[in-house]
Amino acid sequence: MKVLVPVKRVIDSNVKARVKPDQSGVDLANVKMAMNPFCEIAVEEAVRLKEKGIVSEIVVVSIGPAQAQETIRTALAMGGDRGLLVQSDVDLEPLAVAKVLKAVADEEQPGLILMGKQAIDGDNNAVGQMLSALLGWPQATFASKIEISGSSAKVTREVDGGLQTLDVALPAVITADLRLNEPRYASLPNIMKAKKKDLAVKAVGDYGVDIAPRLTVLKVAEPPKRAGGIKVETADDMVAKLKTEAGVL
Amino acid sequence: MNAKHPASGSPIDFDHRYQGPHYTDGHRAWRASLRRFVEAEIIPHVEDWEEAGEFPRELYVKAAAVGLIGMGYPAEYGGTPVEDPFYSIVTSEELARIGAGGINASLMVHSIGLPPVLAIGSDAMKARIAPQVLSGAKIHALAITEPSGGSDVANLKTRAVRDGEDYVVNGSKMFITGGMRADFYTVAVRTGGEGAGGVSLLLIERDRPGFTRTPLKKQGWWSSDTAALFFDDVRVPAENLIGAENQGFAGIMRNFNKERIGMAAGAIAAARVCFEDALSWARERQTFGKRLADHQVIRHKFAEMARHIAASQAWLEQCAFRTMAGETPVADLSLLKVQATLAMEYCAREAMQILGGAGYMRGCRVERIYREVRVNAIGGGSEEIMRDLAARQLGI
Repeated sequence: MKVLVPVKRVIDSNVKARVKPDQSGVDLANVKMAMNPFCEIAVEEAVRLKEKGIVSEIVVVSIGPAQAQETIRTALAMGGDRGLLVQSDVDLEPLAVAKVLKAVADEEQPGLILMGKQAIDGDNNAVGQMLSALLGWPQATFASKIEISGSSAKVTREVDGGLQTLDVALPAVITADLRLNEPRYASLPNIMKAKKKDLAVKAVGDYGVDIAPRLTVLKVAEPPKRAGGIKVETADDMVAKLKTEAGVL
Repeated sequence: MNAKHPASGSPIDFDHRYQGPHYTDGHRAWRASLRRFVEAEIIPHVEDWEEAGEFPRELYVKAAAVGLIGMGYPAEYGGTPVEDPFYSIVTSEELARIGAGGINASLMVHSIGLPPVLAIGSDAMKARIAPQVLSGAKIHALAITEPSGGSDVANLKTRAVRDGEDYVVNGSKMFITGGMRADFYTVAVRTGGEGAGGVSLLLIERDRPGFTRTPLKKQGWWSSDTAALFFDDVRVPAENLIGAENQGFAGIMRNFNKERIGMAAGAIAAARVCFEDALSWARERQTFGKRLADHQVIRHKFAEMARHIAASQAWLEQCAFRTMAGETPVADLSLLKVQATLAMEYCAREAMQILGGAGYMRGCRVERIYREVRVNAIGGGSEEIMRDLAARQLGI
């Protein structure tokens, strides 16, 4: 079975994000970028499925600037077989991303699309769901366990109050949650091998889908700074403050 | 280290600099992997290992699995060839972030022990030794320095005398990194007359009768197993000779240039770790009603540290570029090492002043790096030897 794994290049999770002075977005100039952590988990799961003999080929796709090739190479170093960059110099909205991915899926005909539940930059948590609707495939989101047998997948999801298990027919879209696995880091030999793997580059225009923006960002602002705490002398003082100032009692 | 990167965007930032012309996606990918390896497998244990005076042997196997041990060595022996010396720089830098140079020194000790075997050893010897070392199964140390002298290689005293099919070795070696646990030792011995022309390299296995070792306690590098080695009528088969008899001196010297650029990269990175930890402290710490980082006297310390680091780094990358182009700029490499360890010394001092009492307590990277300044400034060619070598090379 062929699996398609979409990955996104995002600001590194260890970098402190700064808002641009004009509040139009996050300042990405000279900021370290990395693969979205949820995408990494999806890649890892695909590699494990391949190691178990369930998956025969892992195709890694990214939609983004030319530098996203670096992100694809990282996925190839983890164990992906070949890559595809759909180059777009503007940031696409989730619906546009889902449309492009549908076009890629139509071409590639994978048996499974395995992707992160959301990207840590926009936190939209939308592409997987939209993609499954566009393809008319079943979806299983927030997967914390995936078991594939024959033409269906049993997916465990973490939901409020416990675990839900879904049985979905393949092909399907499955999105990865944080606890699905612990992604490996690529070894140097695998980084070197990944340089030689096939990485095709196409333009987003090649797919002929409507990517016109439908959303307008009004402003991006830092969260309000937290005020410092205060010390109270007695328990009575605390109760009084909870009643009068905090208004929680 | 898991905190949000404190120096993001500044010219001394480990990540920001990788936008430079020498660094490719491959370097960035290797650095990202290595950082995760170090943060998962090494950093959580550093303080325990430092106090214990060694780290678990299994770390060699783990380091081999991630590609660290085999980096730059031929694939036929289990290594991973790389295109340029910037992979080594990235490696030195990421290992320096541990802030415990003893771990790097012992873990990577094969990088001084093995190259003479690969450069001038027989094919049979390479095939026997290299795969075991590059897989992390065996440790390979280098033994040149003696109680009577270090850099004066041409006058070493340990003697190997031919007796039938064997050499019989007598003498001792001093300050040998990895010396307690190594399985293979590349040992410089005198097989001929006085001077450089009488020196050979001999591969000696740890279990040869008459070969003993004792541990040495040090100012820094506590997790490194440094030893004195003693050879008392140790019989070594003649096929263990590395290269031709009395031709060992060139093999030793060739090794030094690579060692120096690696040490320079590590020392500059250690300086940057000092900067990073001091900066994160100075931004948090409040004194006299403002951040420590807002006091002019402290701000100037950071500016000076950044100046030392940036200048040293630029020279390092220039030297790496020149070696990549096939040059061996001995004078530059020697003086680069001096520059790098002086930058480390300066930054360790200034960072310690900024950290104050907190920096003097054990369990902090700057405290350890402060105790590792001298081993960098003395080991692998002291500042004095380096300046003398450079002056001779420059024809002064």
